[in-house]
Amino acid sequence: MAEKLLKKGNEAIALAAIRYGADGYFGYPITPQSEVMETLMEEMPWETTGMVVLQAESETSSINMLYGGACCGKKVMTSSSSPGISLMCEGMSYMAGAELPCLVVDVIRGGPGLGTIQPAQGDYFQAVKGGGHGDYKIIVLAPASVQEMYDFVGLGFDLAFKYRNPVMILSDGAIGQMMEKVELREPVRRLTNQEIAEKYGHWATLGKPASRNGNIISSLSLAASEMEAINLRLQAKYQKMRENEVRFEKNMCEDAEYMLVAFGSSARICEGTLEKARSKGIRMGLLRPITLFPFPEKAIQEMLSQLKGIMSVELNAGQMVEDVRLAVNGAVPVEFYGRMGGSLFSPEEVFEAFAKKFNL
Amino acid sequence: MKEELIIAGFGGQGVLSMGKILAYSGIMEDKEVTWMPSYGPEMRGGTANVTVIISDKRISSPILQWCDTAIVLNQQSMDKFEPMVKKGGLLLYDPNGISRHPVRKDIKVCSIAAADLSNRMEMSKAFNMVVLGAYLKMKPILQKDNVIKGLKKSLPERYHDLIPMNEKAIELGMKEVKEVI
Amino acid sequence: MDIKDIIKPENLVYSKSKVLTDTVMHYCPGCSHGVVHKILAEVIEEMGIQDKTIGVSPVGCAVFAYKYINIDWQQAAHGRAPALATATKRLYPDKYVVAYQGDGDLASIGTAEIMHACNRGENIVVIFINNAIYGMTGGQMAPTTLLGMKTATTPYGRRADLNGYPLKITELIAQLEGTCYVTRQSVQNPGSVRKAKKAIRKAFENSALKKGTSFVEIVSACNSNWKMTPVQANKWMEENMFPFYPLGDIKDR
Repeated sequence: MAEKLLKKGNEAIALAAIRYGADGYFGYPITPQSEVMETLMEEMPWETTGMVVLQAESETSSINMLYGGACCGKKVMTSSSSPGISLMCEGMSYMAGAELPCLVVDVIRGGPGLGTIQPAQGDYFQAVKGGGHGDYKIIVLAPASVQEMYDFVGLGFDLAFKYRNPVMILSDGAIGQMMEKVELREPVRRLTNQEIAEKYGHWATLGKPASRNGNIISSLSLAASEMEAINLRLQAKYQKMRENEVRFEKNMCEDAEYMLVAFGSSARICEGTLEKARSKGIRMGLLRPITLFPFPEKAIQEMLSQLKGIMSVELNAGQMVEDVRLAVNGAVPVEFYGRMGGSLFSPEEVFEAFAKKFNL
Repeated sequence: MKEELIIAGFGGQGVLSMGKILAYSGIMEDKEVTWMPSYGPEMRGGTANVTVIISDKRISSPILQWCDTAIVLNQQSMDKFEPMVKKGGLLLYDPNGISRHPVRKDIKVCSIAAADLSNRMEMSKAFNMVVLGAYLKMKPILQKDNVIKGLKKSLPERYHDLIPMNEKAIELGMKEVKEVI
Repeated sequence: MDIKDIIKPENLVYSKSKVLTDTVMHYCPGCSHGVVHKILAEVIEEMGIQDKTIGVSPVGCAVFAYKYINIDWQQAAHGRAPALATATKRLYPDKYVVAYQGDGDLASIGTAEIMHACNRGENIVVIFINNAIYGMTGGQMAPTTLLGMKTATTPYGRRADLNGYPLKITELIAQLEGTCYVTRQSVQNPGSVRKAKKAIRKAFENSALKKGTSFVEIVSACNSNWKMTPVQANKWMEENMFPFYPLGDIKDR
């Protein structure tokens, strides 16, 4: 049996990075995610797997180190929290434009501005709707447990390389700081430089062999017609993600008349709400989007014929609810309950809000 | 079995590590666990608290409105968490520094003079283990052997020479805990 | 005698480096970039490291450096080339990594990145083109613009009280423990071109010896945005730029 450890979500990210064969981590300290780099520095993976770990001078620099590392076909990642992610959005736009794979972990804290270091989900829009400039998308994974923090590092890298696109793990201070049981998976070894050359040599900057011209990685294309063609190619790729990568979890939805939609730590809290509702004989279900982009709109639509109402539950002022409403398109009432600024709701509080909104 | 527990006191009293040892002990018995801390500036001398849930089944919300047990180690925590204990639940506290003692009659209230005892026995660093012993006596949800294993897992190896003292502290807590109501 | 009798290998006195592509450069006639590209390509060819060199191009006129020098290139966001170069070199310690940056890129928006890459002593080569003006965006003030110099954003001349002082970033870089070689060169005449090429070669050799960061500034002319002929621009550079940005090695160890 695989070893089971008690770890914080942030520590799980670090352990997973080493075990999923990451080549490089570049980051800058910020609460509530500093344990990621601290754990990596303590583990000294450069002595074992050869993974590079570097504390950069800023988040701006971190993401651009990812850009450089990704240009070389390497598995590179960073982690940060909301204000740091804002700085990284420039780099993510460039990487999406240049079609580069990387993994960015966002352990959200309350905002706007310097905000608070307490957990929140106020950066849903930033993660899902862009954050940086231009028409681009990144795959966004929302873990709801420490085990998922660990597992999504592997999944995130796989998706990043499958689509040559940035992938984000959108977590928050609650999941990052919480400790749970983690089962360490079978380690995946790092690719050798030779293997990278074979797999990614047609695009990566590894030094130009005599057999080809230099590879150029750039997001620049000044001619409008060329840039439009690039945009269309990117959009076609995002469409493929929508078709193939939607992930979600349904909980007690079979006979549900009401459905909560929640992601990450909110979804965990809503599991408690679900228990409470069921104990009162209310047929409630919970749909947890695991990918926030691509969003599980079809999964929601398939539920509509049996539902009397939906409530989106988020630790923000109402962000994902917009995507829920787009999916529902007026077919059933969609309500919202949320708290902000680092305040968490309890399962009971969510239940009360639900009962009030639907007059139950 | 499902135990929802809040441990609260001053930063530096070992509140978070007590929770961590409990959670690790739960893993030793192959139970599901969550450990959810308050974090931030509290860690540096303000009030600190941690929610620990130990269960046979998958744990839903790590955030609680009510708890089965509250372990309270300062006055602010008493004010905040006494009302959160479920009817019939347990409130365990160290009377040291408590000016307003618990008032509820619908819960079981126990006290452990852990600060006094650990000072007197010259093992003030194991203060939190005295409290842990008292808790395990009142709520024997985990076997002591597994708690020692959990302790080993959560302590870095360089501190493993301190385990016998911690074990003694747990036993002391088990012996000295008093039922108030 | 017709032309075929002249074009013979034994009559060859000069040929373009094989590391340069055939793409016609977009640089203005008189611009220093073309010459620096040429000597950079020559160094790569002469050292036989075309297959081991990875370039990082900036935002600015040299953004298209990747079109002209046939090596693998990464095109960085504005100012961030040293960050890309850092990761690339750390992940491939046996490659040569060269960041090519202008004064706006390196000394303004990218000040943090260049300072910290140099301070960490990354074993990379930095080529810094200082022509005291923003070329690509049309002649605005650069951090290295001289006092009194007219630009699109200092139409009456740079004033210390309004715009601050010109930044001698190369002297700052030389203070950092991580740098092993910091030099200031120019390319306005054959002698200076030879010296600059030697400096670039030395920077690449240092990189292989893992001595730390090598930093080569090239004081350059931007005749278009200086609104001069190439000849006037070179003269102006010698008379005005060199006194403030004196040529030569600042650090070599």
